[in-house]
Amino acid sequence: MTDLMTDAAPVVDVRDLQVHFKIRRGILATQTVRAVDGVSFTIAPGETLGLAGESGSGKSTVARALVRIHHPTGGSIRVAGAQTGRLHGQDLKAYRRRMQMVYQDPYDSLDPRMSILEAIGEGLAVRGVARARRRAQTEDLLRRVNLPATLTSRFPGQLSGGQRQRVSIARALAVGPEVIICDEAVAALDVSIRAQVLNLLKDIQADAGVSYLFISHDLSTLRFMADRVAIMYVGRLVEYGTSRQVFSAPQHPYTQALIAAVPDVSAGAASARAKLTGEPPDPANPPPGCPFHPRCPAAIDLCRTVRPELRPKAGGQLAACHVAPDEPGAAPAPATPSGSEVTTS
Amino acid sequence: MTAPLNQHLPDPAVAAAQDPAEAGLEAGLEAGAEPTAVTEPHLTRRALASLRHDPVALISLLVVVGLAVMAVFAPELAPRNPLHSFPNGLAADGAPVHPGSTFLLGTDAEGRDVLSRLIFGARVSLLVGVVATGMASIIGIIVGGIAGYVGGIVESVLMRFTDIVLSFPILLFCVALIAITGPSTRNVVLVIAFGYWTYLARIVRSLVLSLKEREFVTAARTLGVSHAKILRRHILPHLTPAIIVYSTLGVATSILIEASLSYLGIGVPLPQASWGQMVAEGQQYFQTAPWLLIAPGVALIITVLAFNLAGDWLTDLLDPATAETRR
Repeated sequence: MTDLMTDAAPVVDVRDLQVHFKIRRGILATQTVRAVDGVSFTIAPGETLGLAGESGSGKSTVARALVRIHHPTGGSIRVAGAQTGRLHGQDLKAYRRRMQMVYQDPYDSLDPRMSILEAIGEGLAVRGVARARRRAQTEDLLRRVNLPATLTSRFPGQLSGGQRQRVSIARALAVGPEVIICDEAVAALDVSIRAQVLNLLKDIQADAGVSYLFISHDLSTLRFMADRVAIMYVGRLVEYGTSRQVFSAPQHPYTQALIAAVPDVSAGAASARAKLTGEPPDPANPPPGCPFHPRCPAAIDLCRTVRPELRPKAGGQLAACHVAPDEPGAAPAPATPSGSEVTTS
Repeated sequence: MTAPLNQHLPDPAVAAAQDPAEAGLEAGLEAGAEPTAVTEPHLTRRALASLRHDPVALISLLVVVGLAVMAVFAPELAPRNPLHSFPNGLAADGAPVHPGSTFLLGTDAEGRDVLSRLIFGARVSLLVGVVATGMASIIGIIVGGIAGYVGGIVESVLMRFTDIVLSFPILLFCVALIAITGPSTRNVVLVIAFGYWTYLARIVRSLVLSLKEREFVTAARTLGVSHAKILRRHILPHLTPAIIVYSTLGVATSILIEASLSYLGIGVPLPQASWGQMVAEGQQYFQTAPWLLIAPGVALIITVLAFNLAGDWLTDLLDPATAETRR
């Protein structure tokens, strides 16, 4: 259990985060979509937390709530201990300087009409770097991401996907953040370039001590990058533990199915090689009980009526499953509130 | 966007802005050239190439340029004073003089030189067309841009107002406004601008709606870039091709509206020459002096046709719809 505990104060502390969207159904009727519904996690300084799940599970919504593109409708996000509610003006600007994001699509995340100097300069300007010093600093940043400093006058259309993604990383670094969210940041890249960018991210982490929230649907990438892993399903965490715990002994049937679907990640011998069938449910209308039960090979009657909470399981990690055996000696159900940090050790 | 006369020409800013998507790897990676050096000739080259295969576009562009020259240098080009009634401008029986060696396009009922009036009339037409379209574009960009970017109640209010203005037939709308303000060249410009901005407002709004969802706009927000800067640096440059194309077409429409208002006698006041008003005067003498109607009529047709065809060519060249999705 000590693996889950982080000694240093977390740089990001998300508790019971909710992002609900109201969508119109007809003229008067509105319906609430619980895109993120009670997600809690922490990220320690210099640590990488991996976040995985199928598309539509709410991973990107978590990221967008963290950088305040979406406003959280509930819960709290603390960055470096400071409580952050609804932010405006200078506070929001200061907040965003601590948390940056690298987006998925290297062909759309850079303005095609802005030179590399202007794109990275925009980040430097936010940090208050004088115009005269931006070129030199941009060149430094390009070198940090292993790009030639001569690229400053180029436009994104003249760069390859991998180069663009490095520019995106440089732009995020320009602001001097403590946390960088990588939302499927390598998903659009060729496999060979993907490895280079992942290694670059690791090097930057070793140098600058930044933390990553690394969002990916690709478990082999996460296994390479992440110290700890959280698995999301329809707006909630279903499993949360160290990379080793989750990948070697996944407790939740959903995690087991995800891992089984990856050819080169061998699931632990104990886990059934579950095959994932069907589609994830509509988050506007999730099934009662455990939202995974219609697709779950191990579902029991309880799963159809009672929603399981995240609880310490046999492997040491947290999982939200009635079937997976609890950690020996853990307090009887329902002791652990949804997603809270583990208190047993 | 203060409506320069050369609006129809490929703007270097657009060329630079347009190009990166096209420039490709081969142009970019080795040579250390400045971006403008890499990108600008590209659009120019594309423009020249398309003109070589498109004589209609070439001619219409030449006509537009010729009209601009004519308007600017009207005092130098016109053979006579357009306002002066020449004693030899009327035949012995008081009839207008036929086109001939003295008066190339003949004279009108007042004994004034039709060619000179036509040349000075180009001034009025282009001035009204360009300034009115420029003002309409500015209003349209501001209203459409704010509506699209801010959204919500602001968008609803602005776009409903736009719809209200749009629901009037534009000529009727202008006639009604002129009836209130009284005819003068300035009022004609203002009235056309106020009737015409709605079209651009709707186009700009729809473009901004899709642009603001693009990842580079989200990325700029994440960086902490202010909304004003995002609009100026990330949104506006992407609107330029559409604005240029639409403004070119707008000039043709504005010229027609001005001519219609002048024809109805509520446009550019006498004695200033305007093509619409020349058509109105000329039609009384159509049987005895047909050139009075034909000359300004043909001038109008050629001008409007040239601007429309040049606009079509620009649409193909800049292709705002696909340019926006093309990345």
